[in-house]
Amino acid sequence: MKLLKLVPENTNLDFMRWRNLALVLSLIATAASIAFTVYKGLNLGIDFVGGELVRTEFQQSVHIDDLRARVARMGVGEASIQALGNDRTYQIRLPKPPGPESASNTMVSKLRVLIPQQFPGARVDAGESVSGKVSEELAQDSAMAIGFAMIGIALYIWFRFEWQFGVGALLTLAHDIAMTLGFFAFTRLPVDLNVVAAFLTIVGYSLNDTVVIYDRIREDLRKYRKMAILPLLNLSLNETLARTVVTSFTVLIALGVLMLVGPQVIFGLAIAIFLGVVIGTYSSIYISAPVLVWLGVQPDSFLKADDKDEADAPQTA
Amino acid sequence: MLDFPKWKVWLIGIVIAAGVLLSIPTLIERTTIAGYWPKWLPDYKISWGLDLAGGSHLLMEADAQDAQKQRLQGMEDSVATELRRDPRIDIGDISTAGGRLSFLVRDPTQVDAAVERMRNLTKPVALTGNRDWDVSVVDSTRVVLTPTASGTAQALKDAMGVARDVVRRRIDPGGTKEITVITEGNSRILVEVPGVENPEALKKLIGQTARLEFKLVDLSANPQDVQRGQAPPGSQVLPMADGSGFIAVKRRVMVSGDQLTDAKQSYDQDGRPDIDITFNTAGARRFARVTQENVNKPFAIILDDKVLSSPNINEPILGGRANIMGGFTVQSAHDLAVSLASGKLPVKLNFIEERTVSAELGADSVHKGLIASVISVVGVMIFMLVTYGRFGVYANIALVVNAFLILGIMATFNATLTLPGIAGFILTIGAAVDANVLINERIREEIRRGRRLLDAVETGYHEAFRAIFDANVTHVISAAIMAYFGSGPVRGFAVVLLIGVVTSVFTAVYFTRMLVALWIRRARPRALHI
Repeated sequence: MKLLKLVPENTNLDFMRWRNLALVLSLIATAASIAFTVYKGLNLGIDFVGGELVRTEFQQSVHIDDLRARVARMGVGEASIQALGNDRTYQIRLPKPPGPESASNTMVSKLRVLIPQQFPGARVDAGESVSGKVSEELAQDSAMAIGFAMIGIALYIWFRFEWQFGVGALLTLAHDIAMTLGFFAFTRLPVDLNVVAAFLTIVGYSLNDTVVIYDRIREDLRKYRKMAILPLLNLSLNETLARTVVTSFTVLIALGVLMLVGPQVIFGLAIAIFLGVVIGTYSSIYISAPVLVWLGVQPDSFLKADDKDEADAPQTA
Repeated sequence: MLDFPKWKVWLIGIVIAAGVLLSIPTLIERTTIAGYWPKWLPDYKISWGLDLAGGSHLLMEADAQDAQKQRLQGMEDSVATELRRDPRIDIGDISTAGGRLSFLVRDPTQVDAAVERMRNLTKPVALTGNRDWDVSVVDSTRVVLTPTASGTAQALKDAMGVARDVVRRRIDPGGTKEITVITEGNSRILVEVPGVENPEALKKLIGQTARLEFKLVDLSANPQDVQRGQAPPGSQVLPMADGSGFIAVKRRVMVSGDQLTDAKQSYDQDGRPDIDITFNTAGARRFARVTQENVNKPFAIILDDKVLSSPNINEPILGGRANIMGGFTVQSAHDLAVSLASGKLPVKLNFIEERTVSAELGADSVHKGLIASVISVVGVMIFMLVTYGRFGVYANIALVVNAFLILGIMATFNATLTLPGIAGFILTIGAAVDANVLINERIREEIRRGRRLLDAVETGYHEAFRAIFDANVTHVISAAIMAYFGSGPVRGFAVVLLIGVVTSVFTAVYFTRMLVALWIRRARPRALHI
């Protein structure tokens, strides 16, 4: 049987030749993503802004305008309505009740009661109500979790490699998160708790590639002490290219399946991780590696650290 | 490399067998295997999250203002009872304004005695060295009791413990359902009830404070003053539950809902729903004494500071039984009876978060999640097979073993599988083979460099392990942070990722290494097809 090789043997691509162009493109894309996220804002779900969200299945087809008119007549306030794939399944959302701070620990759960009353036979498949207070806490916890995860991982990389690698990891993560946020701001896909879980996963997985490449760069730095830094990075990237492509491919197979045939409820989670893996693969080559050049890593940078590193590297049994 | 001792093979075999065994009760319906499953084998099962099983998730928070108010009221009652024991101490002008309890001692020589009695009422708060109330004297005759911060915190903690038990009894009087009622943080209670899709009835049942009190009606009060909200000293004005005005009642409680042993929905002579209540011995004795002393006077039945009714005492009530009428429907009488029988909530609870999923949507998620899992496993396996041949097969066997180990470990810890957890499972499948990709690519590389077969395999496993270890630590960091900060479903996702990372290192590195070693030893291949 002839085995499949996604990447031919002995590639010798000059990745670093385009590093400045890639940097400019990455900077533009990151800046655009951040600007987009700041100006347009994210479509934050009720998890983070409070309110009520119900997913309703009607017995007969309902036109969205008709539904909108009837919901408006219920007197529940400004509702936003979205069809979920067909004209029988809808998602209806209410904002949290307006009012002073003290009222923020009240929540709305009007739709869940009113929909089955107004539309006989309609079924509320899922209902969520979140008070202002809880949503504020969830938003705060989520932001903190993402921040802690990024810093924690960067510290670990620093501890296992050198400070330049830690900085590289942090910049790579910032790039990946900014780009994914920009995607969510651009597509208006709702950001809920699941998407935050996806962001945390991206933090872990996008660094997966980076760690593998850094590990090889460290190895090659010790092996080829006379080689200039740019050819050395190219060598390391080429050596790991097959693995980078194959692993990304398997993860994307699994996530692609989840996105296409998986439950609609976790579509946001699946697409966020899918995108994060694609962006993470790019950034592990064009952010993680060039950062080392700019931070002045040279083949003789870690000569002194060699003995120490050898000693605390985990060994296979 | 070939040096793979027997005991290691056995150890790995035992771990895998344990994983398979532990995951069987989860994978196969209990009834199917009931006859074949030996009793001595562990019977752990993964529980399903509400997003898969369907049900309601409710988060409640104690109303801090109400908690303070109730604590002041409770203290007021104890103060009145305590001072009644010493007839020389005559007090007046009890006030609970400004969150403090204060009263006037009419005879200045008795102030010290009153303060002494008050000090005895206060209790030390465990571990803090403080007492739960500060007692002080203002203007030489006014005794002031101020709640201390540690006292308030301790009272809230106690109240939350009681409230949790009360909530549980209300949802599940029989104590048979698989519900979750736990306290979260200082002032929150989380309730998870599988199978209940419309939580409105549940919320009504839980939300009722159900503080029941019997008090004598104050007949001396001027009706006009009462409607303006003014009551004579020692009395208070309360609204009627049906909105028909106000009534003045004595502050002193005849008997309260704490002294009930039972409450049941029933019907009165005219067939209207009412509630039969039974007092405990002490309550029955007190009720008998007070009704004996007050024949032909009305008393008020008060629920949550609203007067349900104010019947006349026609004759002493000696049997310790009474019934409560108040224009109930069968349902509201039944709910109130459950609430009364479960005890009053020590503090008012506000609902601050609510999530429900229908059984249909849950089943749909399980169905689609299952299909997605199967397709992605098969997809990844085919890809590994065509890419690495024999070594791909080893990676695939490791993948299947990994799935069993994840399920087995989750079952052992009785972890909850949520919908994001299924996503975590699929993600783990995609990522678990990464270790094998790293190893196999490295072996390919070493062979290209001209190493001999055994040497290449050995170096491949050895050199790849460093990267595998570091890469997995980054997963552990992010998943652990997610498990710490996340709630419900998201935590389920993090738990699956965490377990998957650990088991995948075991299966993808140690297990495949064993398979490769055993194969090379047996077949003695001359070249590697990888």
